[in-house]
Order: sequence, then structure tokens, then C-alpha cells
Amino acid sequence: MNTILRMVSISKYFGTLAANEDVNLEVKKGEIHSLLGENGAGKSTLMNVLYGLYQPDKGEIFFEDKKLNLRSSKDAIDLGIGMIHQHFMLVPVHTVLENIIMGMGKEKGLVIKEEKLKKEISEIAKKYGMEISLDSKVGNLSVGQQQRVEIVKALYRGAKLLIMDEPTAVLTPQETEELFTTLKIMAEDGMSIILITHKLKEVMFVCDRVTVLRDGKVTKTIDTKDTNELELARFMIGRELMPIERKQEYKVGEPILEIESLSHEGEKGEKSLNDISLTVNSGEVLGIAGVDGNGQKELAEVIVGLMKASSGTILLDGKDITENTIEEIVKMGVGYIPEDRHKRGLILDFSVSENLILKDYYKKPYRKTLFFDFNVINKHADDMISKYSIKTPGRHAEAKKLSGGNQQKVVVAREIHKLPKLLIAVQPTRGVDIGATEFIHQEIIKAKEDGAAVLLISTELSEINYLSDRIAVIYKGGIVGEMDKSDFDENRIGLMMAGAN
Amino acid sequence: MKDIFNITFLIALLSASIRLSVPILFAALGGMYSEKSGVVNIGLEGMMLVGAFAGVVGSYFTGSYWIGTIVAVLSGMLIAALFALITVKIKINQIVSGVAINLLAVGITSFFYRALFGITTVPITVNAFSPVSIPILSDIPIIGEILFKQTALVYIAFILVPISHYIFYKTSLGLNIRTVGEHPMAADTVGIPVEKVRTACVLISGALAGLGGSFLSLGQFNMFVDNMVSGRGFIAVAAVIFGKWSPTGVLMASLIFGVADALQIRIQMSGVSIPYQFLLMFPYILTVVAVTGIVGRTTSPKALGTPYEK
Repeated sequence: MNTILRMVSISKYFGTLAANEDVNLEVKKGEIHSLLGENGAGKSTLMNVLYGLYQPDKGEIFFEDKKLNLRSSKDAIDLGIGMIHQHFMLVPVHTVLENIIMGMGKEKGLVIKEEKLKKEISEIAKKYGMEISLDSKVGNLSVGQQQRVEIVKALYRGAKLLIMDEPTAVLTPQETEELFTTLKIMAEDGMSIILITHKLKEVMFVCDRVTVLRDGKVTKTIDTKDTNELELARFMIGRELMPIERKQEYKVGEPILEIESLSHEGEKGEKSLNDISLTVNSGEVLGIAGVDGNGQKELAEVIVGLMKASSGTILLDGKDITENTIEEIVKMGVGYIPEDRHKRGLILDFSVSENLILKDYYKKPYRKTLFFDFNVINKHADDMISKYSIKTPGRHAEAKKLSGGNQQKVVVAREIHKLPKLLIAVQPTRGVDIGATEFIHQEIIKAKEDGAAVLLISTELSEINYLSDRIAVIYKGGIVGEMDKSDFDENRIGLMMAGAN
Repeated sequence: MKDIFNITFLIALLSASIRLSVPILFAALGGMYSEKSGVVNIGLEGMMLVGAFAGVVGSYFTGSYWIGTIVAVLSGMLIAALFALITVKIKINQIVSGVAINLLAVGITSFFYRALFGITTVPITVNAFSPVSIPILSDIPIIGEILFKQTALVYIAFILVPISHYIFYKTSLGLNIRTVGEHPMAADTVGIPVEKVRTACVLISGALAGLGGSFLSLGQFNMFVDNMVSGRGFIAVAAVIFGKWSPTGVLMASLIFGVADALQIRIQMSGVSIPYQFLLMFPYILTVVAVTGIVGRTTSPKALGTPYEK
């Protein structure tokens, strides 16, 4: 196999921060190469350099033995470098055809020759076993289908090297398998693929070689057949993974959250939650698995009062809270780690100490008569920062200055330290590095062992498996099945996530 | 009042409706180009006013209304270029910038009018368009009278509708514009130059609004008076929304406003005992109804009003 891409000692700085330092990456023709690293390790920066979105401060790129000088993504596309972003770059109201050909005016002419284009595109799609209907609106397609549109879009532009950014984050296990089959066919056909990921299992399963990044530097490039998951994790985080500490003995208690045939209707009258019944007991974690966008957000927001249920009841500790306000629900001891820490969890322009008392600022001891008691607030902030090892320049730093993992720790600290009766955690470790993930997982387990009822909503099956005592699967707003942790079976859950029961 | 619905009346009404809808149609088509690319153009009113003024100036000094029209188009583009610079390049809030353009237009047109022509008691009149009968077609009874005995600009306005439709839905240029308006980041990743497309669309909207303005001053009134556009630019903005951002929809919306306007004039003339202020309000009430969203917001370009930052 000969080399298609060589990136030689690439460095890219943002201010004083070295996002990439002396990075070397070599990809062979017909190879699936994984770029492995934590969030913030510099994977995206490196790929944006390769895709022409950033100019490197130092280093050279050779593609098919020619030195590149990329000024825009258009240059990269013209050379045969395609990129599939984690958030698809598709226009929902356009047809599949329009999405595939958009921006190709120079090559394909001013007037859109629909029949000719359709024929060309169908041929490519068929070659790699992807069925797509070119006249459908992209907004009506499933996530898996949309990803296929993205792949065909890149192939139609003559991509020889395809960069895929976390392609499996939004897929069910079955869809993931289909994707990997497609990728393997493409690689056999001579395509080169760079797979950006932090999932070790996928690296081992589908990739030929792997380059590991940590803190902007390459820690290792190795053939997957010469390594294993544990070793890769060590290259990635620079130490061993720590197993979670669990108490052997604690007791599962009374039901805390009881949901009875709960439904919710969206703005257009579509049912986003359909007749859901669930119970979460004190001292246990109920994990809700499912593909993103199947009602997870609605379920959490209806319980905490951000949305109103259209029918059904929610009991907290035996009391009906269906009609209660958010404030009342918070006061009753519900902790909530929202899915989107930027929009719901934090006020990014506020300081760490202010964010830590967002739900208690009006209470004693944080206020003295009319005014804040800053001694107490500051002490509280310092306590939280050390107890939850939040890395921050100081308690007065604005929340937006923190890394994603540390922002999430602020949210977790605020929601967990008061020992809530019920803790709702939605995607608690999304976009968080492994160190912080370990920490947050440990805190969730601790909260449960201290007697909280935990409702964990996550699209990461491994997380669900790791933390839950019972698992329910949500699909199109309904619960398709529930099982004990001991019955955990990834295949079965995967099928349920796609609606099969 | 009794003979209000006879055939001569109807012909006159519809013919006037067509005429009155033309300035709105020009500006609304222009606004559509801008909005399809993601830039809200509240400045249409000001761009029309500049066009109306520039048309008169061009016609006055050259004696040719065609040259006047070209001057109007270029002036519309000039002020649109300023708008594009502020909104697309510097990324200032589009609504605020549009309001500023409107205020600026009122100021400079009044100023230059006085600077060029002095303070006159009677507005100066200029050479202007006169109706052109299209052979054969204009001989069709009723329809010929309504549609084919209009000025050249009227024909141009209506031909622009199918042309725009073709550009938007059958060419890669149109696909680029729509992509930029829906999902500028996706456009960027496939190499569509977002800012260039938006700037071009804003310039087109300036050109068309300028045309619309020149139709007022060279096709209807043969003169310029201060603030003569009097809200037609805003109605055009509403027509874009009412027409759901599609050329045929915009045509329909403009015609509805044209009919409303023609109707209110004729009702006034027929001496019905409704205070004329209420009748004057009619097209504007329609506008309010349109903007408050009987059409719903779902059809608007997704990135409308948001500057693109990487």
C-alpha cells in the first residue's frame, strides 16, 4: 500500500494554546485510519487544517506526494478530500439531490441537468450498497439515511480521502454496523478513511491503524492488530483507567419517582412522549437508552416542569407534581443535569461561584437580609471547586472560560451536593474528557448510594450499561422495553432502539 | 356607487391594480433575493426612494427616461452596497441597519433634491414612460385592455417572475443562494462563498428596489416628491413573507396589495361615506396581517437574519 496523505510536524496555535504541536500523520491508500483522542486533544483542529479551514502555523501537508497549500475547504474538496462532520452539513428543506450537488456549479454547469445527475449519483450509491431516494427531502430521512447522503455527497465530489468525525455518535448499534460494512467496502475499493473517534471498541473493530493524540501531540501510531483497548486508553489519557468504586451494601428503597401514562405533545401536535410509565426507586439508577431525538429531552423537561404534560401523572415521593411550577419542583429536591450545559445548565457569562448558587441564591446562608453574603458564597465556591476538583483560574472566572469537562463538573456539583431525592441526568458526560467522565460517573454512583433515585438518560450504551441497575429503552416517545442490568444485551437493546420489541 | 361594478369600472380597476402592484413587485422580488440568501432587507423602502429620486435626476439631465431608469438601478445598488457592507461584512444587526438605510435615504434624497433643483413650489416634471400597446395581444377584449396596454417597466416586472423562478429552482446559482440562506455553514463546507453570495443578493435587491422606485417617479407620477415611496417598501417586505419566499407567491401577494390599493382609491372617488383614512389604511392592515403570520414562520429561510460567523 502506498501513502496517500502525509502531514509533517504540523503545529497550530490559538493564542498561547498549542492545539497541535509537531503532529505527524500518515494515511495509506485503502486504509481505515483512526484518529483517537479525548475532546480537546486536537483532533478537530488537525482535521480542520487538513480540510483547509485553518492554516497551520508550522508544518507541511503532502497529498498524493504533492505539497499542499490549502486556503479553503473548496481547495481540499477539489483535491479529493471529503469531510463528514459530526453535525451533518445538510439542508433539511432541500431534496437529497440538491444536497449532493450544492456548490458544484462550476463542475456541473449553471443549469441543473436533473436526469443526468441522478443517473451519475445512483451509480455511485449502488456501487457501495447504499440505497437513497434522490427526490426525498433530507429533513424526512432518518439519521442513518442522512449520513448516507453525506457519504454519497463526498464520493460524488470525487473524494479519495474521507474524514469522518464521530460518525457513530448518532447511530443505533445496527446502523453503526451497516456503516462499518460500507466503510470496509470503500476501503477495499482503494478509498482512504480517517475515522475520528474516542470509542476504543470501534477503533479495534474497524480500523487498520490508529494515531493517538493527547494534549495536541501524537502519543502513538500503531497497527490495531498489535494493540488492545486498554493500551489505547493509556495512550489516550496518559494513565490507567480507574474502575469505579461501588459500595457492596446499600439498600434500594421506596419508589421516589412514579410516572403514570405520561404524554406530551409538541408544537405541531405530534406526540413527543407517548403513554410513558416508569418507576425509579431510592438507591437505584434507571437508565433510559435510545437514539437521540426520541423524546429523551422532553421526558426530562416534563418531569422538572420545563414542559407541560398533556396527560398522565408524575408522582414525587407520593405527591403529584404534574401541575407544579419549576421552582416548587426544585424545592422538593429534584436535581437536574441538563443535556445542554450551555443553554440550560449554566449562565456562561456568570462566574463559577455565581453558577454554583443559581438555584439557592435567594436562600440563607447565601443572603443576609436583602444582600448577598459574599463570604459564605465565596467559601461555598472554594469548597465545591476543591471537592469536585474543578479546574478553573479561580472562583470569579466566567463559566465560559472553563473547558467542557470542568463546566459540566460545575453543573454536577450544584445538582448533587445538596443530596437530591431525585437526580435526572441527561447525557451527563457528553463532550467531556475521560478524566471528568470517570469523576462524574463516580459522583452519580455516590448519589445513588446515598439514597437518591437516579434517572439517567443517555445515548451512549456503554454509559447506560456501566451505571444502571435497570434499563428502559425509549423509541419515538414510548418505552419499548425494560430489563434488569443482568439481562443487558447490546444486540437486543440496539434492536429496541430502532423500534423492534 | 350604483354603477361601481360595471365592466368599464372593472377594467379600469384591474388595470390600475396591475400598475399599482408593479413597484411592490419589483421591490419584493428584490427583497426575496436578499432574504433567500439570509439577509432581511428592511431597507427596501429607502432603496426604492433612492431609485425614485435617481430616476428623476437621470431623466431630467439627459432627457431620456431609460437612462433615468439605469441611473435608478445603479443608485439602488450603490446604497445596497452600503447595506451589504454593514450587514454582511461587518455583521451589524440587519433590522437596525435597514432602518438606518431608510432614514439615510429620506435625508439624502431630500437634500440632493433641494441642492439640485432649489426649493420649488411645484415639483419639476420629467420625461417619463408612456404605455406601450403590444400588437395583437392588446386587441384581446378586456384582457388586452388590462394587461397589454401598460408601460415597458410593467412588462419587465412580470417577466422577472418566471425568470426568478427559473434561477432559484433550476440553476446551480439559485441552489447556492438557497443553501446560503438555509445553512450557511453547510454552504461553506462545500465551497460556496457565503459572503459573496449574500452581497450579490443584496445588490440585486437594491437594483430591483431601485427599479421599483423609478417606476413610481417615471412610470406613474413623472416627478419626485419627498418620501414619495410612503411605505411601499415595507409592503414589499410583507409581500415577501406573504408570498412565502417564492416568486409566484410574491407575485400573488403584490397583486393582492395592488388590488387593495386600487380599490381603496376607487371607493374614495365614488364618494362612499367611509372616512378616507380608513380606506387608506387598507393595504397596510393587510400588511400587518401578513407579517403577524397567518402564513406561519416555518417556511422562512432558516438562517434569515443571522450573520454568518465561522
